[in-house]
Amino acid sequence: MKKNVTMGVTKKKTKRSTVLTLVTGLMLIYTVLPLVWLVLSATKSQEDLLGTFGLWFGDDFALFQNISDTFTYQDGIFGRWVLNTVFYVVVGAGGATLLAALAGYGLAKFDFRGRRAVFAIVLGGIAVPPTALAVPTFLMFAKMGLTDTPWAVIVPSLVSPFGLYLMWTYSTEAVPNEILESARVDGAGEFRSFFKLALPLLAPGLVTVLLFNLVWTWNSFFMPLIMLKNADLYPLTLGLYSWNRQANTVGGDVVFDLVITGSLLTIIPLTVVFLLLQRYWQSGLAAGSVKQ
Amino acid sequence: MTRRSWIGWQFTGPFLAVFALVFLAPIGYSAYLSVFRTRLVGGTSFVGLENYTKALSDPQFWEALTRVGLFLLIQVPIMLGLALLVALAIDSGRLYGAGFFRVAIFLPYAVPSVVATLMAGFLYGIRFGLVGSINETFGLSLPDPLGPSWILVTIGNIVTWQYVGYNMLILYSGLKVIDNALYEAAAIDGASEFRIIRAIKLPALRGPLVVAGIFSIVGSFQLFNEPQVLDSLAPNSVTTYFTPNIYAYQLSFAGQQVNYSATIALLMGVSTMIVAYLFQLRTMRGSL
Repeated sequence: MKKNVTMGVTKKKTKRSTVLTLVTGLMLIYTVLPLVWLVLSATKSQEDLLGTFGLWFGDDFALFQNISDTFTYQDGIFGRWVLNTVFYVVVGAGGATLLAALAGYGLAKFDFRGRRAVFAIVLGGIAVPPTALAVPTFLMFAKMGLTDTPWAVIVPSLVSPFGLYLMWTYSTEAVPNEILESARVDGAGEFRSFFKLALPLLAPGLVTVLLFNLVWTWNSFFMPLIMLKNADLYPLTLGLYSWNRQANTVGGDVVFDLVITGSLLTIIPLTVVFLLLQRYWQSGLAAGSVKQ
Repeated sequence: MTRRSWIGWQFTGPFLAVFALVFLAPIGYSAYLSVFRTRLVGGTSFVGLENYTKALSDPQFWEALTRVGLFLLIQVPIMLGLALLVALAIDSGRLYGAGFFRVAIFLPYAVPSVVATLMAGFLYGIRFGLVGSINETFGLSLPDPLGPSWILVTIGNIVTWQYVGYNMLILYSGLKVIDNALYEAAAIDGASEFRIIRAIKLPALRGPLVVAGIFSIVGSFQLFNEPQVLDSLAPNSVTTYFTPNIYAYQLSFAGQQVNYSATIALLMGVSTMIVAYLFQLRTMRGSL
């Protein structure tokens, strides 16, 4: 009897249910089906796109033609958008992660005057999406002459209050005060200790924060939309939006096949990153939501 | 100031400088703009709180607010309810391939909202796309999901698709940290799975549900990308004051009413911050 009780609570031994799997499978179909549609549609020519059933292949297999068209259309501007996006992500998300790590560590390890006030002000920003202040930021940047430059997109993405909160949590838990004390006794500077001792211990947290900043920057649309006029500076999201809009302008080129193929190419990198780094985002969400 | 104190400021200084530039300064600047009025003839003049009283009696602003309020009341409970069911199903240990479910349902989070909306626009389009195909094949006349009367439902569907997995994971993380001793006690009492859910799991999810709820509320108030992108696929369905953010955007870019736009943006931005802040006070109690 006792044995049965322990078996019941060890979750791995719970009896699996086909019915529950099928019911939950409906949710799976809901989330995955549009992605299947996207992959199938990227293999179709524009006529097949309009003329054949959405959830199966068309008459021609045009995937490679579509990819090559996407990269050569309008003198290859799509490749330019890819590079812009990568640049905004590396500088914006990378910079945001570094700033959050420094500040989170600073708040966790130094009891300085004004620390509580800093914490209170910054935490107020956690749930505020960058879009909330987009129009005011635009008006201010326009006055400063920053609009229509890469900085107009990068600077707002450099701040991640949520990242700071996660780095504060990780610093408190993962970096023992003792090793910092002994480094001080040995005469090491605080920044040297941070980069040599603390940063390696913070690595899992850093990857998580970097991952979330990466998603926010890669996916951002509102900020680039209002800040940028020059198509050579567009990130992928804004570029695809502008291609799609062409269909609405008089005499505009209808390029739905390129919009679809470009969309597929846009989501592949993040999807791959997420699949490879599962461990990190799952633990990051846990740290961000459960801590109370 | 002591040496240690100075070091602390050196670490937090860079973050705070950028924070001040992109969070605090825009608020200050739009507060400044909001008390002026600019006219082609007569230039800029100080008008005090006139822009605010104008906003509060502006039917277009109220319509936008009502729309996001309605969206929030209907879409958020559906999305969180689905997320909760999936999280409980995965946590129950009764699913085949639970790990696969977790990842596949989360995946749309990695899709930019622009791409998600473009996909939905094509998928649901009545001209081509699934609804069109179904109508043609079965001789039906299903309503146009991108038409004016269904567009908000379609946007709700897009947002649900993108964030249901994200919210599911927040809740699932909450379930993972439940002390095993509680389950052992429940098993000794012979409690059924439903009783365990009611007595142990749901109470443990209160905190994570509040977190997910606030993020969703804030997201609803800030709705912009989906209607803005749909506007090019369904030109007559999205008005220039569809949501408060679209209204502020249109006032600045199409209407050149910068001062009034700043007022609307400020009202929405600050109320978002207040909601967020109340939430922080509630959930962060005792962290410092």
